[in-house]
Amino acid sequence: MSKIKMPKSAPSLDMTPMVDLAFLLVTFFILTANFRQNEAVVIKSPSSHSEKILPQNVMLVTVDTAGRVFFSLDGKEVRRSMLLTMGEQYKISFTEAEVNRFLILPMFGVPMAQLPEYIRGNEQQRAAIDKSSMGIPMDSLNNQLGDWIAYGWNEKQVFQQTNKIPKENWCRIAIKADAQTNYKVIKRVIAVFQERNLNSFNLITDMETEQAQ
Amino acid sequence: MAEIIDGGGGGKSKGKKRAKKHSARIDMTPMVDLGFLLLTFFVLTSQFSKPKTMEINMPVKPKDTTNTTKIDDETALTLLLTDKEDKIYYYYGKFKSETSILKTTDYSKEGIRKVFMKRNENVIKQITELKEKLSKGTIADTTYKRLAIGAKGDKKAVFVIVKADEKAKYKNVIDVIDELNVADVGKYALVDISPAEKELIKVSTL
Repeated sequence: MSKIKMPKSAPSLDMTPMVDLAFLLVTFFILTANFRQNEAVVIKSPSSHSEKILPQNVMLVTVDTAGRVFFSLDGKEVRRSMLLTMGEQYKISFTEAEVNRFLILPMFGVPMAQLPEYIRGNEQQRAAIDKSSMGIPMDSLNNQLGDWIAYGWNEKQVFQQTNKIPKENWCRIAIKADAQTNYKVIKRVIAVFQERNLNSFNLITDMETEQAQ
Repeated sequence: MAEIIDGGGGGKSKGKKRAKKHSARIDMTPMVDLGFLLLTFFVLTSQFSKPKTMEINMPVKPKDTTNTTKIDDETALTLLLTDKEDKIYYYYGKFKSETSILKTTDYSKEGIRKVFMKRNENVIKQITELKEKLSKGTIADTTYKRLAIGAKGDKKAVFVIVKADEKAKYKNVIDVIDELNVADVGKYALVDISPAEKELIKVSTL
């Protein structure tokens, strides 16, 4: 009689397919991921039916529920000259190290007077300032937002022209505001842009599904 | 795939070297751990849905205010947004404090969208026809875009004026602009509310 031979080695699970799948997913996520930006404030954008995707290259003005305004703009060269021009205007000098730190800041919302302190601070200190700050001032007497916009936009324009970036990829203005923000604030932000002859905006929204209504 | 078959070597010498008979397996557990760690990391940090955007063009500020767009009595539709979350006031035509009749609706599909759809029937009809032609292939993509813009900008198309007061929320304004886009309204403007209109809202019992 022939006996059924049992395998002597311990039963082990063949993990190969699982590993294959896991690494497939890892590859997929690595390739598709674009990382969530480190945002100073949490914004819950309103929803819309629009299917247009936000362009990559934007000058972003963020407004939170309390109506505080934050500013961000990409491009190291642009940011450098923007900061130096702003420093000149507001009589604040930045050291080389501070300028370099400014280049990698994601988004800021402090008045000029507080900016050096904000740049020098570490992550926790910056978060604390973000919490307590009043945002970038934009009233008609002290229109720092307007200056940021004007200098940033000019530098960006010069940069785009000298680097021969195709027109359709040029920087656009995006406004990201919380759904519960007072419209009065947004109106003022738009007015600030319009004072500088910038009249075309992208309003950032989330995808809305018909059922959610 | 990941198994290394240990052939040869001790194959010929019989008896003693039993241990080498079955294939050597690589322990994959650490690799799997690492794989899933990375997977978790990327799942959590990646932003899956990209933010969407609505484009809006504000009019260039005119140098002299005499040359402003005239509001047509027949096509104008003015919306008044307040801090009330579920109510939009609106009236047709030009504003006259005695004869303008305020009506109310809400932000839902059945509310403001119906109002727009009804007012904008002709344009929507034209656009649907154009879309049909486009899907059949009788007109090109660029022609469609041009004609659609033409239809939306038609003289008889409805002209919506959105007036939000100080207390209105950003969400309300976005909702209205969104509904305008859904209803293919091409002509709209964001304007400040006038004191007379505020008075009208106050007086109205709706």
